[in-house]
Amino acid sequence: MNDSIAASPRRAPAAPARRRFIVSSAAAAGGLALAFHVPFARRAQAQTAALPQEVNAWVLIKPDETVVIRIARSEMGQGTLTGLAQLVAEELECDWSRVTTEYPTPGTNVARKRVWGNYSTGGSRGVRESHDYVRKGGATARVMLVQAAADGWKVPASECSVARGVITHKGSGRTTTFGRVAAAAAKLAPPADVALKDPKDWTIAGQRVARLDTAGKVDGSQVYAMDLKLPGMLNAAIRDCPVFGGKVKRFEPAAIANRPGVKKVVPVGESAVAVIADTWWHAKTALDALPIEWDGGANASVSSASIAAMLTAGLDAPEGIVGNSSGDARGALAKAARTVTATYAYPYQNHATMEVMNATVRWTPERCEAWVPTQNGEAALAVLAEAAGLPVASCDVYKLNLGGGFGRRGQHDWLAQATTVARSMPGTPVKLMWSREEDMTHGRYHPVTQCRMTAGLDAEGNLTALHMRISGQSIVAGLFPQNLQNGKDPVVFQGLNAGGAEGAFSYAVPDLLVDHAMRNPHVPPGFWRGVNLNHNAIYLESFVDEVAAATQQDPLALRRKLLAKSPKNLAVLNAVAERAGWGTPLPAGSGRGLAQIMGFGSYVAACAEVSVSDDGRLKIHRIVAATDPGHAVNPQQIEAQVEGSFAYGLSAALYGECTVKDGRIEQDNFSSYPVMLMEQMPRVEAIVMPSGGFWGGVGEPTIAVAAPAVLNAIHAATGQRIRELPLKHHTLKRA
Amino acid sequence: MPTLNVNGSVRTVEAEPDTPLLWVLREQLGLTGTKYGCGIAACGACTVHIDGVATRSCVRPLSSVGANEKILTIEGLAPKASHPLQKSWVALDVPQCGFCQSGMLMAAAALLKANPKPTDADIDDAITNICRCGTYNRVRAAIKLAADGGPRQV
Repeated sequence: MNDSIAASPRRAPAAPARRRFIVSSAAAAGGLALAFHVPFARRAQAQTAALPQEVNAWVLIKPDETVVIRIARSEMGQGTLTGLAQLVAEELECDWSRVTTEYPTPGTNVARKRVWGNYSTGGSRGVRESHDYVRKGGATARVMLVQAAADGWKVPASECSVARGVITHKGSGRTTTFGRVAAAAAKLAPPADVALKDPKDWTIAGQRVARLDTAGKVDGSQVYAMDLKLPGMLNAAIRDCPVFGGKVKRFEPAAIANRPGVKKVVPVGESAVAVIADTWWHAKTALDALPIEWDGGANASVSSASIAAMLTAGLDAPEGIVGNSSGDARGALAKAARTVTATYAYPYQNHATMEVMNATVRWTPERCEAWVPTQNGEAALAVLAEAAGLPVASCDVYKLNLGGGFGRRGQHDWLAQATTVARSMPGTPVKLMWSREEDMTHGRYHPVTQCRMTAGLDAEGNLTALHMRISGQSIVAGLFPQNLQNGKDPVVFQGLNAGGAEGAFSYAVPDLLVDHAMRNPHVPPGFWRGVNLNHNAIYLESFVDEVAAATQQDPLALRRKLLAKSPKNLAVLNAVAERAGWGTPLPAGSGRGLAQIMGFGSYVAACAEVSVSDDGRLKIHRIVAATDPGHAVNPQQIEAQVEGSFAYGLSAALYGECTVKDGRIEQDNFSSYPVMLMEQMPRVEAIVMPSGGFWGGVGEPTIAVAAPAVLNAIHAATGQRIRELPLKHHTLKRA
Repeated sequence: MPTLNVNGSVRTVEAEPDTPLLWVLREQLGLTGTKYGCGIAACGACTVHIDGVATRSCVRPLSSVGANEKILTIEGLAPKASHPLQKSWVALDVPQCGFCQSGMLMAAAALLKANPKPTDADIDDAITNICRCGTYNRVRAAIKLAADGGPRQV
């Protein structure tokens, strides 16, 4: 290999880049500051004097009154850093304008007996599953800070009050600040129990505060993992066998040995080859020139058609895995005065995060560290340790804010690759970054399913029975089969369960059967923003409209009837219908469509307004979307999530499709996997209507109503019922 | 060795002539605010200005950029994020993950320079950058806010 490059000026940028990196990371996010204490020991020493005082695991106070709130979940755009910090700050009674955040490393969490709890960031769980303990973290720190002040004044803590980080003794009027008492507070035993505020008394939580992480995103200074530069770092590009399950047969490293910057060509497992070079561009272009022969193996003959046939067979399988059952749906359908049936299909889809998969790893025989844009720091640590061949205690993960996650970065196949690559260069940090093509063709795809809906109607046209047969892929079977419950994948039934936070089937249908014929093709599935709730809502909500059409009922009236005993569903449905002007006249070629669902702990509904032009062009004009998340921690960020969920959900509905040919994914970039642009984005009117008493998620639920509301609106506009996505394959025609 | 005029400074770089400008900026000059998203000029994350024109740097070979052409990256858009667009972006809390936002801002800045009062259709035509988080509506609102003089000072 060409090692002469090591002494050339091409490596010179390392030093200035590092200086800039330190400046920008210090300016951008406190989270990075902690992460980088470890590798940059000299910097850590320089900062010792200004090190914040840890009051408890969640709260650190600096002498200048800066409040550092530790956040375990990952920021990927959804605003969790800000929302969780609001909850801690609310109970802490600190000055919000002095709040910053940082990520405790997963290794520290392990060492401290998981004091920060779950790091997993997905399923819209950030707030809904940690609101209790993060608020207690803030409240506990407040009690300790007030006690420390009271001890100093030798007065009872009950005579002291606190507001915006200032503690006041009522009797004497003396005041002090969090910064002055933090060190004393840290020495106190934490209170055994703390009372939390009634949400109606919130002044920081529940408010439309600005995000904490915006500054670095408007001047280019936020360091994403892709941007990271460590002293002496090398860069790697990788190509994995295009056929999932296939292998590398042979490759010819000699062919690229003399290309500029190339250091090493490394086999990664049995299925991939990586090139390590001085720059990523050199690594990538050398890899492009590397002759590799693949052995696709048994999967090389699989196609979208063969997968579809496998799923279609599942629709007719006599028995399925039951997810929800009441009464005797089969018996009732056999006796029904009339039945309505329809079959739907939903394709594979890629997450297509804007930042491609990447990680930087430094491996030595004693210790392994990684800089990772991960949705689950602890899972990343486990993958790192295993791939490094070292105990967990000898490894750590430094989290960086993600350039999009959507579920893809909860899986760490790319981190395992990066670790294997770094092991070939002990002591040298190596950044492995995928090309967009690698990213598109080696995803963990939104699973493929088909669904047959069969409704039984009585003589008056009332819906008396429903059988929903889902045939297709199981994410849990693909990712962690040990978590199947007697063969059942509970995630398959999101939004269709008999009850529970992960999505309850809310329509009153006397005889109901929801079952699953599990059919697992070789394409690896993964969690995906909204995932199963998305296609389940498409199937269910499209079919409710089909039943309405078959029985000459208004889709809103039918839903209201079926949801009479589901007041929260009804409330969001009515809110969108009212705001959208349901029933008021529209121009020819236009239509409105409704959808509602409960999932990820929240109740959501949408009304879409579309038009189809004479030449068949679809325009989505307006979406009205309502969310009842129980408690709303930051309404303006919920609105941002709702808007974003329509961009993601409608991209999926309009264009999202990964097809399989010869065992491999055919789409390899945004040219063949188009997504929604500004021009297609509808106006979104988000109604945030928290009814209190529960905690629901907000990142995902409204995606589920995006596509069915639009599909129902298309039907209203054209009379066409679209049952197979994406929409790009259908020619729309005005009636 | 080729020289480039980047953010007002003349910089000497060492890279093969066919190296895309994006990778020269990111790997030679350490200007990582300009992002790699697709490598085929489809997503706009790599947008910079060359003599004021929004340009997708991932497909622009180094050899095609003259020493006197003025390259502007997000880092050089305005001192201390003071461009009306940057202020509007902050005022409306536009970014989510933020990864595409450098390119969005550079495309928007070129638009406003050429067309200080863009219509919705002008914005649709000029801003063809991909955002997967779905910030489009806030991007549009922030461009209009900037066109109207930016957020009021507080």
